[in-house]
Amino acid sequence: MLMRRLFLGAITVWIVSVIIFAGVEVLPGDACTAFLEREAQGKLLENCRETQGLNRSAAERYFDWASGALRGDLGVSANGQKSISELVGNRLRNSLLLALCALTAGVPMAIFLGVVTGLQRDKPVDLVFSTTAVFAMTIPEFVSATVLILVFSVWLGWLPGIVLTSAGSPVSEFFPEIVLPVIVLGMVMTAHILRMVRSSVIEVMAGDYIQMAILKGVPYWHIVFRHALPNALLPAINVVALTIAWLLGGVVVIEVVFNYPGLGRMMIDAISDRDLPVVQAIALIVATVYVGVNLTADLMTMVLNPRLRTHALRGS
Amino acid sequence: MSTLIDIRDISVGFVGRDGRTREVLRNIDLAVDSGECVGLVGESGSGKSTLALAAMGYLKRGLRLLNGSATFNGTDIFAQSRQELERIRGGQLALIPQNSGQSLTPTMRIGAQLHEALRLHSALPADHHATKAIELLGHVRLPDPKAIVTRFPHELSGGQQQRVAIAMALAGEPKALLLDEPTTGLDVTTQAHILELLRDIAAERGMAMVYVSHDLGAIARVCTRVVVMYAGEIVLEGSTRHVLKSPTHPYAQGLLASIPKLDCAALPIALDGRPPAPGDAGAGCAFADRCAIVQDRCRSVRPQLAPSEIGGTVRCFLAEEAKRQKGRTTGAAPVRYSGDDTMLDLDGLSISYAKPRLLEQMLGRGTNVPPTVDDISISVGKGETLGLVGESGSGKSTILKAIAGLLPPAGGAVTAGDQPLPHTVEQRHPSQLRQIQLIFQNPDDSLNPRHTVSDILEQPLKLYFGLSGNKLRARSAEILERVRLGAHYLDRLPNQLSGGEKQRVAIARAFAAGPEIVLCDEVTSALDVSVQAAILDLLNDLKKTQGTTYIFVSHDLAVVRVLSDRVAVLYQGRLCEIGQTHQVFGGESHPYTKVLLGAVLEPDPDAEPTLAADDVVERAPPERGCPFQRRCPRRLGAICDTDAPPWQSPATGHAIRCHISLEDLNAD
Ligand SMILES: Nc1ncnc2c1ncn2[C@@H]1O[C@H](COP(=O)(O)OP(=O)(O)OP(=O)(O)O)[C@@H](O)[C@H]1O
Ligand code: SF4
Ligand code: SF4
Ligand SMILES: [Mg+2]
Repeated sequence: MLMRRLFLGAITVWIVSVIIFAGVEVLPGDACTAFLEREAQGKLLENCRETQGLNRSAAERYFDWASGALRGDLGVSANGQKSISELVGNRLRNSLLLALCALTAGVPMAIFLGVVTGLQRDKPVDLVFSTTAVFAMTIPEFVSATVLILVFSVWLGWLPGIVLTSAGSPVSEFFPEIVLPVIVLGMVMTAHILRMVRSSVIEVMAGDYIQMAILKGVPYWHIVFRHALPNALLPAINVVALTIAWLLGGVVVIEVVFNYPGLGRMMIDAISDRDLPVVQAIALIVATVYVGVNLTADLMTMVLNPRLRTHALRGS
Repeated sequence: MSTLIDIRDISVGFVGRDGRTREVLRNIDLAVDSGECVGLVGESGSGKSTLALAAMGYLKRGLRLLNGSATFNGTDIFAQSRQELERIRGGQLALIPQNSGQSLTPTMRIGAQLHEALRLHSALPADHHATKAIELLGHVRLPDPKAIVTRFPHELSGGQQQRVAIAMALAGEPKALLLDEPTTGLDVTTQAHILELLRDIAAERGMAMVYVSHDLGAIARVCTRVVVMYAGEIVLEGSTRHVLKSPTHPYAQGLLASIPKLDCAALPIALDGRPPAPGDAGAGCAFADRCAIVQDRCRSVRPQLAPSEIGGTVRCFLAEEAKRQKGRTTGAAPVRYSGDDTMLDLDGLSISYAKPRLLEQMLGRGTNVPPTVDDISISVGKGETLGLVGESGSGKSTILKAIAGLLPPAGGAVTAGDQPLPHTVEQRHPSQLRQIQLIFQNPDDSLNPRHTVSDILEQPLKLYFGLSGNKLRARSAEILERVRLGAHYLDRLPNQLSGGEKQRVAIARAFAAGPEIVLCDEVTSALDVSVQAAILDLLNDLKKTQGTTYIFVSHDLAVVRVLSDRVAVLYQGRLCEIGQTHQVFGGESHPYTKVLLGAVLEPDPDAEPTLAADDVVERAPPERGCPFQRRCPRRLGAICDTDAPPWQSPATGHAIRCHISLEDLNAD
């Protein structure tokens, strides 16, 4: 079972890599003509093609690219100056930093609030937090980001509104600049997880086995912690995983608004520079993270859910 | 004897969407003495569960206590604090729920759940809990209790889960047990065993029991007194014998007449109409709209519950009259098939759920697990009804799915008319698909909740007959008429229909295709007996007018008996016996058929089931020999384990597969 899931995950990443590679291949021209645009001629073009190895067949290049990626070598950027792994490395670290901060702040809070609102269904606490969550989910991120920048940075002057630290600086230098982006991300994320945990808690609490536990005379908090939560929180694992994947690959808007040097902004920059090798590399990384995180979530669910666990052990 | 549970003038209701308070229970009085077992019966929605739970001071979300009180052992239960309730519930007053599979917490081991009950309610020191848990599991006759404590609920069968729930209720040494349909949904054999267990436990501990069930057979077996509920009120109360043998309320009579009985081949009589929704019962008798002997005053004055001279307490102006009326307890005789054209032929059908593993697939090998269903050869005549019986897991639905092309068989052939049918739906020609229709147990799952009745019926009409416009609508209405629903149902959505109406729509959809063969999979199991009787009548009617061939699957032998011309008995996916209905249900039969028949509970306080074999659930058929070898009460010896038993025929059309000789089978 485990082996099969890992195997399927690997296959998915492989297929994605082929699609990414093929996608770039079918574009008219190649990485060098795209990058150099009108200057794509003569010596310049030849040099570029030399460094990118574009003179070889597509299959050979795919093989090179893929085996390089496996070793952690993602090739060189189109301007031929830097190793992509180095460029991406810092950015990936920064994205991870952002995600980690948002997660440590958001996930426990989201789960806590989700459980509280679920248990207090239709009571004032629930109404307040659920409505807030709906707002947080529906307001576009750039709006909430702009409002926060206005309030905390421009008016109150408490926090820097934009990140000026360069991509390669040590982690400590990102504080306090990172606080506002974390808040914006944390809000959206908390809202999603809260809603999900809330509905899951409500569903479980209405279930037969909770009624049975009540009628067995089990004290309320015992019911919540021993009977309800282990079941209600299982589906939360997958939502958290999706959030992590989203945080690592998809927070382009926020990175751009706050000028945060993460993967998302790098992707945007690479696209506007027409730096195809970098675009390819980032796409591959994001896909891998996605598959990896979801795989971990599935495995965790499997370990924690006795139903799935016994199935997995019995084989098939 | 002292009164243990005392419910006085209790009314429970909820506030409907229109802001009006709607009563679910109306002024109910119920007293239960220690050592007594009282049955609560009535159709779905009559308030049985609500009443039983109210005795524990528990009301479902949304329900409110409007009036009255409930005392347990002298304490007013609705006046207790949460702590006090926690002490009583599961301790002196315990519940055994309907569906234990869903009432056990899925993430906790059986042992942990039992320890919890012991910790909360038993005086034993903590270090005795482990042994006590095992002792309790042994007490409810679970095999290998030491292994069971380490299991999770989903690793047990339905019957085992129910036993665990009983063990858990016994942990607090209760004075009273409330049982909410404790055996509904279990196999006949399992049900009979659980009821025996409950009887023994109650007798041994002198516990009071309140037994909620719509199954009068089960009530007859365990209860000394019966309370019949209708639309939130008690309409009849009396000793079990009185209520079941000479009921004095028209509703109780109707209920009894709608139960198919094993020893009677006539159709049960349906109780037409349905009970009023909560709050909709008018000023008069709630049963007036369905009552055969209704009079004018019944509609304006609500009859009071009063002791009747002929025994029991009854809520009816005309109880005496009702008693005299009683006579017509059996319905019309079902249509019987006579003919010899074959409509459906199964030849050596075998079906396997086990998929070969990747490695085995690559080596081109199959699995060596025996197939779930094996070697089924049956032919069904045109217009004939074949009943298919067996416990859960015997492969009844699997066979139907294979015939319908939803599950490709591993071997064998299916022939309809004179054409061999391709194995899967994709390969079948539309005319072959039209020919065979399947009706499922639960109409809630099989009807799309967002499609109106006309959408549902028009699909097959468009697909198979290319109808459109007015013709389409007219034809839908006509078909609806045939299942006895008016054309005004066409624009309704499934959630605006009752359970019985939904099942009629599902039947109408099947018949809209103009099928020759209709496969019925437990089509009445989710319905009330009164509704079931109407559906059986409808199916019988369609058989008469359309000449349809049915395969009718049910775990209820009496229901099968009513409709079937022939019956096939399955165990673990293998045929044990096949023959004319009267041949299978009487005379010499296969040991397994005997076990099944012996476990049937009749709504008769004098009937006693015979429990010949235990009710362990087998997960897979044995590799060799007789499929029933592990549970057979008449096992001959090693030959049953090694050799496949031979088919023997006591009479034309009757075949039994067993090593025991016909004379010996007959002797028993
Ligand atoms: N939480 C609730 N809110 C509103 N109405 C309810 C609620 N629970 C039950 N009812 C209504 O109360 C009535 C009685 O329900 P109850 O469950 O007691 O019936 P029952 O006799 O046990 O039926 P069944 O045989 O289907 O279990 C039904 O009409 C039902 O719709
Ligand atoms: S009171 Fe009237 S309507 Fe009600 S059950 Fe008796 S006879 Fe029928
Ligand atoms: S063959 Fe043997 S085990 Fe099977 S039913 Fe007959 S006697 Fe029982
Ligand atoms: Mg109920």
